[in-house]
Amino acid sequence: MTEEIIIAGFGGQGVLSMGKILAYSGIMQDQEVSWMPSYGPEMRGGTANVTVIVSDERISSPILRAYDTAIILNQQSMDKFEPAVKPGGTLLYDPNGISRHPSRKDINIYRVEGAQKAAEMGNTKIFNMIVLGAYLKIKPIVKLENVIAGLKKSLPERHHKLIPLNEDAINLGMKSVEVVQEV
Amino acid sequence: MGELKLMKGNEAIAEAIIRAGADGYFGYPITPQSEVLEYLMAAKPWETTGMVVLQAESEVASINMLYGGGGTGKKVVTSSSSPGISLMQEGLSYIAGAEIPILIINVVRGGPGLGDIQPSQSDYFQATKGGGHGDYRLIVLAPSSVQEMADFVPVAYELAFKYRNPAMILSDGAIGQMMEKVEFFEPMPRLSDEEIKARYPWATNGKPMNGERRILTSLDLDPQKLEDHNIHLQEKYRQIEETEVRFETLQCDDAEYVIVAYGTSARVSLKAVKLLREKGVKVGLLRPITLWPFPTKKIQKLVDQGVKGFLSVEMSAGQMVEDVRLAVNGKVKVEHYGRFGGMIHSPEEVVEALEQKIIGG
Amino acid sequence: MSETALKDIIKPENLVYQKTRLMTDKPLSYCPGCGHGTTHRLIMEVIEEMGKEHETIGVAPVGCSVLAYEFMDVDMQEAAHGRAPALATAIKRLWPDHIVFTYQGDGDLAAIGTAETIHACNRGEKFVIIFINNGIYGMTGGQMAPTTLEGMKTSTSPYGRDPNIMGHPLKITELVAQLPGTYYVTRQSVHTPSAVRKAKRAIKKAFENQLNNAPGLSFVEVVSNCNSGWKMTPVDANNWMEENMFPFYPIGDIKVDGQLVK
Repeated sequence: MTEEIIIAGFGGQGVLSMGKILAYSGIMQDQEVSWMPSYGPEMRGGTANVTVIVSDERISSPILRAYDTAIILNQQSMDKFEPAVKPGGTLLYDPNGISRHPSRKDINIYRVEGAQKAAEMGNTKIFNMIVLGAYLKIKPIVKLENVIAGLKKSLPERHHKLIPLNEDAINLGMKSVEVVQEV
Repeated sequence: MGELKLMKGNEAIAEAIIRAGADGYFGYPITPQSEVLEYLMAAKPWETTGMVVLQAESEVASINMLYGGGGTGKKVVTSSSSPGISLMQEGLSYIAGAEIPILIINVVRGGPGLGDIQPSQSDYFQATKGGGHGDYRLIVLAPSSVQEMADFVPVAYELAFKYRNPAMILSDGAIGQMMEKVEFFEPMPRLSDEEIKARYPWATNGKPMNGERRILTSLDLDPQKLEDHNIHLQEKYRQIEETEVRFETLQCDDAEYVIVAYGTSARVSLKAVKLLREKGVKVGLLRPITLWPFPTKKIQKLVDQGVKGFLSVEMSAGQMVEDVRLAVNGKVKVEHYGRFGGMIHSPEEVVEALEQKIIGG
Repeated sequence: MSETALKDIIKPENLVYQKTRLMTDKPLSYCPGCGHGTTHRLIMEVIEEMGKEHETIGVAPVGCSVLAYEFMDVDMQEAAHGRAPALATAIKRLWPDHIVFTYQGDGDLAAIGTAETIHACNRGEKFVIIFINNGIYGMTGGQMAPTTLEGMKTSTSPYGRDPNIMGHPLKITELVAQLPGTYYVTRQSVHTPSAVRKAKRAIKKAFENQLNNAPGLSFVEVVSNCNSGWKMTPVDANNWMEENMFPFYPIGDIKVDGQLVK
């Protein structure tokens, strides 16, 4: 199994940390992982994206042009990465702020109202965990228990009290994901 | 088996520096490698191992701090990225001339000039051909994973002290910024002052009680003596070329074509090899781990073995390809492919380049 | 004088002066009348008197004193032009119990090495800087230095230093005295026996500060002549130095025990 994922949105949406938790979860179940961010001045308030690869074998290129899954959280990223999903691949997006919805017919498309659900939960910071939950519902490449273990590893000790909240958010995301089209 | 950590290449190299028993880090911030100094300052190794960490006023000062500290027999290190490494070339030339073992890390970004902050491999010439003035070489190790960022620190130190020569870890912005899992080697204790004095009699750390003072200099105004010193250096370099070449080959046994690539380009090329093998093309990957000394003999063996063409894949306008051509010596086709200026080629582009430039060309 | 008479005179009880054993027997390469040789000797005498010859590391510059390591019998490193304070910073931090000093000229310390000088001083590095100021580049044949006086002729200011074109002479010693990291800053000369005695006291104080782990850097400027570069006899050069250099670079302590001298 090799899953090549791009997560793309605005800086501040938790794109990079969502990728990091996913990568840590892979390590927790003895898989090979890589996490390759876009870096530089554009990170500060502009678009941010990270390529995460989880695999059973040695990972070759950490930099890709085509992805098994694109998780898209703003319009610029939709324009850039919808065409980069492999045929038969998966696109998950949050429709909040999206004016041009995905139009490809050869990929699986799902949506999750992450921003709206996070606002309902009263904590916009758990937005990325809702989206992660939605992704794991579609592609259960890592087990929830390993995600929690990954969270413990990636969060400083003083933030461990927030883990139950994150778990709730992941579960909410799993429940909230909607199928747009499946091929 | 140690604990697995998910870390950036820059953080892994910083942790490895502490674990390798380094005595001092001296550096100046520059993207994309500032995490090295940030990690060390946060880790406060002066409270645990006793290692000194200092943010210098410039890269010029950093490299000269390495001259001073390394000249006393201590394990010292600096890290920077391309423009900062250019500033260090004067100091590196002096260090090579005075034969001081030090470790320098270059997390390469796009150039020339201020360039950009994206990954590049366009400092190959500077790293492997000397870089500063005079006839000298650096031992250059090229990691292609976060694990190797950590593992190559003690290897580089071992080579530097074995040959009294500066060693460089030549990385790039992608390996510096990416996170992968890494398992660290067991910490090595720092040497005591007494151990340093016993092991390195050349080091200037206080005139021995029963011996002569030591002088570290790259100056000799007598040209005959300076020629003799250069002959000694060249003999040392030949010995390094004979004994210290490191590389990895993947699927080269039956290969008709071989991609030569290091660092990030090797990762991208490995994927290209998979894609080409799926198409039935017999292609392998030669990944030089030491860029100097270069795996010249391995390339010659591959030619003898019947390889029909080599593609040097680099994030540069074509630098390492010159060493591949020298090794092949005109016997079969050698071409370069690569994006540069901070762009990274995709595996698909490498596939296309091999098909068009080597197989079809 | 007969041999017998000489033998009668050369006796330990008649000894009035002895070269410190920390000066090598190699003949000095400096011009007769130059202050480098005397200053070398004073440093080595101080280190011998402190009993620290086995725990001292010196850093030589680029300039006339580039070969200082040939004459000083302690462990030495030869730095690139201007970088000696960077070398010394690392040496002192890695060997904090050792005695570390740099020996630098005006071009080395106050032109190409200004950044290294100021930042080592400002960080309060606990080593000693000995700074020889003769207002000219001696080794390369008499070019203008950062400390060349206004109107002074050199090979690159052949009509005299014109501040409008060439900038002003730099009082780097006064400048570093302003930095909180310097603990002792003084300006001395070595052109008369009494000046040599005072300079030795200053150099000794600087090294003792290091021995006592004083919280900062000790900086000793020695104003010296460069009779060959100035194109004068040694005596004329000393007279010219007193008349022209000293008014602009006044002799005496500038900062003692971390306090500026009023």
